[in-house]
Amino acid sequence: MHIVNQVLAVTWLNILNLPRRVATSSVAIVGVAAVVLVFAAVLSMAKGFERTMTLAGAEDTAIVIRSGSTSELASGLSNDQVLIVTTAPGVLRDGDRAVVSAELFVLVDIRKKSNDSEANVPFRGVGNGAFEVRDATRLIAGRMFEPGRNELIVGRAAQSEFKGLELGATIRFGRSEWDVVGVFEAGGGVAESEIWTDVKVLQGAYRRGNSFQTVRVRLADKDSISGLETALKTDPRIDVDVFTERQFYSSQAEGTSTFIRVLGYPITFLMAIGAVFGALNSMYSSVSTRGKEIATLRALGFGPMSVLISTMIESTLLALVGGLIGGAIAYLVFNGFTVSTLSNASFSQVVFDFAVTADLLMQGIFTALIIGLIGGFLPAVRAARLPVAQALREL
Amino acid sequence: MKYFGLIWRNVWRKKIRTSLTILSVLVAFLLFALLNAVGQAMSSGGAMTGAARLVVIDKVSLINFLPISYQNKIAQVPGVAVVSHQSWFGGFYQDPKNQFPQFPVVPEEYLDLYPEFVLPDEQLQAWKKNRTGAIIGRDLAELHGLKVGDRIPIQSTIFTKKDGGRTWEFDIEGIFDTTDPKGGTALLLFRHDYFAETNTFGDGFVGWYTLRLAEGADPVEVANAIDEQFANSPNETETSTEAAFAASFAKQFGNIALIVTMILGAVFFTLLLVAGNTMSQSVRERIAELAVLKTLGFKDGTVLGIVLTESILIMAIGGLFGLGFGWLAAEAIGSAMAMFVPGGIVVSTDIVLLAIAMMIGAGVIAGIFPALKAMRLSIVDALARG
Repeated sequence: MHIVNQVLAVTWLNILNLPRRVATSSVAIVGVAAVVLVFAAVLSMAKGFERTMTLAGAEDTAIVIRSGSTSELASGLSNDQVLIVTTAPGVLRDGDRAVVSAELFVLVDIRKKSNDSEANVPFRGVGNGAFEVRDATRLIAGRMFEPGRNELIVGRAAQSEFKGLELGATIRFGRSEWDVVGVFEAGGGVAESEIWTDVKVLQGAYRRGNSFQTVRVRLADKDSISGLETALKTDPRIDVDVFTERQFYSSQAEGTSTFIRVLGYPITFLMAIGAVFGALNSMYSSVSTRGKEIATLRALGFGPMSVLISTMIESTLLALVGGLIGGAIAYLVFNGFTVSTLSNASFSQVVFDFAVTADLLMQGIFTALIIGLIGGFLPAVRAARLPVAQALREL
Repeated sequence: MKYFGLIWRNVWRKKIRTSLTILSVLVAFLLFALLNAVGQAMSSGGAMTGAARLVVIDKVSLINFLPISYQNKIAQVPGVAVVSHQSWFGGFYQDPKNQFPQFPVVPEEYLDLYPEFVLPDEQLQAWKKNRTGAIIGRDLAELHGLKVGDRIPIQSTIFTKKDGGRTWEFDIEGIFDTTDPKGGTALLLFRHDYFAETNTFGDGFVGWYTLRLAEGADPVEVANAIDEQFANSPNETETSTEAAFAASFAKQFGNIALIVTMILGAVFFTLLLVAGNTMSQSVRERIAELAVLKTLGFKDGTVLGIVLTESILIMAIGGLFGLGFGWLAAEAIGSAMAMFVPGGIVVSTDIVLLAIAMMIGAGVIAGIFPALKAMRLSIVDALARG
């Protein structure tokens, strides 16, 4: 108990005279805060992107896509192939009707509100089962498009990010004009970045004949995916891959979120090294201004270990304060900040929010503590080894 | 300069503190060089930086095809010297992760359009004799260890062959280099005639057209003339310069510049605090000494200069080493990500000049208040305190 009491006493003393060293201490705090801020901000992009992509992914919905296609854009299915999928085993049926949506996926250029540059916005032609094969998707304003007419409904995120998609507006793509008649949400998922119309109308407008790109299928239950897959893989008339929606979207998210991580971790690491230098600097100067004080304590009988530990506690506390400040700023400024980017996998825009999650903040604060410990160690050793007699003589 | 010895000794008065400050400056400029180089690489679009070339795409979206019949119509527009077409093949080699651009092209037209790509003549002749022949860039050859005579299977995610397969095999007939120091060559070019007769969609379409302007032609006029010609047709066009096309593409990734600026802002703020703190500590410790200098007859301006130079010197030492390491890191990352950024990641002269300006600027900002304090010292007070 003896050493614990000593450590507490010395630490308390250090904290009490912190105001005397306010300049150097705040440099250490700000340095650590900047590291945690940048770490949380950059990685919250990757988190947010992944969250948007995986929110869309249900386990009991399957996507049927031409085999070998890595994205919806590259796929192609004929009407006959779509019929084979619709009648396959494992597909949920509502009476006589299969709960499916055969879809066509094209891109249109619409200007972004943020920088007025043209962006590839996903324009999806959907079948009448579109809302049933997607969870949490519903109209929140206006009405559904009427089949056969040039009408479209827009995702909530697409409407806020891109120009000219207000309810009631008319938008022109090439030679065709479209009326915006409704707005839908999809639980924050990737579909909210899209605009939808009747697939038959889109086929006509894009001269795609009677072809589709993907079929989304509501499964009878979670386990029927393997039955559906076997049936389609063994059917010689059709050559497709079958994924659950969750598998499909998490593989789509991989490229972009890996890219952000590859950028984010090294930057944080380098900044953390910079912050360690800042912390070392401030702790060295703390030890040197407290030289006499430390020597006095030692002369009074305080052990070198309690001086060492209390110095490290001081630097860890400073780093913790910095980490909390940085994390708080990151959360207040970036959490929920909406951006859109071009997804590598689908070649189209995905609108997402930065997500400063609890585990990111924990990682950030953990990093801060590591910086504090490393930054405090060498100065603490110096403090503990201070030759008492010499330091006192300098009085 | 005659005070350099004095300044140098002052810089190293506290070795640990100065070294730590220099190291944090080093890290800041390393990040500065690296992030700017990455930002520039992403926004320049790598190889596609020709000045006198225009790109004609479908107005609705880049992914829509244009009729092959447009080639002759574009060629007749006044101001167009050469026009040819390319298409996005969307293939990969061995593994979906190995993606790089492949384009079906017309060999001679393409090389005429891109004079920076240099292909030995005998390799061009061999390519023209072989319908399934292809040429690859030096970067790609080095990335996958490919050589002339190899047969390379490319699996397309978009185009199926008429026999039902999606794996297209090409004979490598040549390897080309580029004379553009910023341009990358991680791409594969194969023959459009082979592509057109083999894919299941047929032969009436291409992805986009690229054209070179005749000497003295006005790019805006030519672009308008082309777009007007196809207005109200089923495939309206949008013509822009290659650079503008690449830049608009890069912008789709979101505001990269803004994010880079935010990170740099955080880094520099921290850096200034660290350096400013070091300088004011250093001046505080030397008050008596500076007073002695003034007693000896050093002018106020000279004292100011000495302290400022010391601050700039610390920034410059750290900054120059940081730039050096940043350059090494950019080289390493550039070759590791050759697929994403075909132009490589280059710490350009602009970045170096800007960095030097920032070193001086940061040195002045960090040193100015301590320096002013030193200059305004009253000799009597300072000596009394010392």
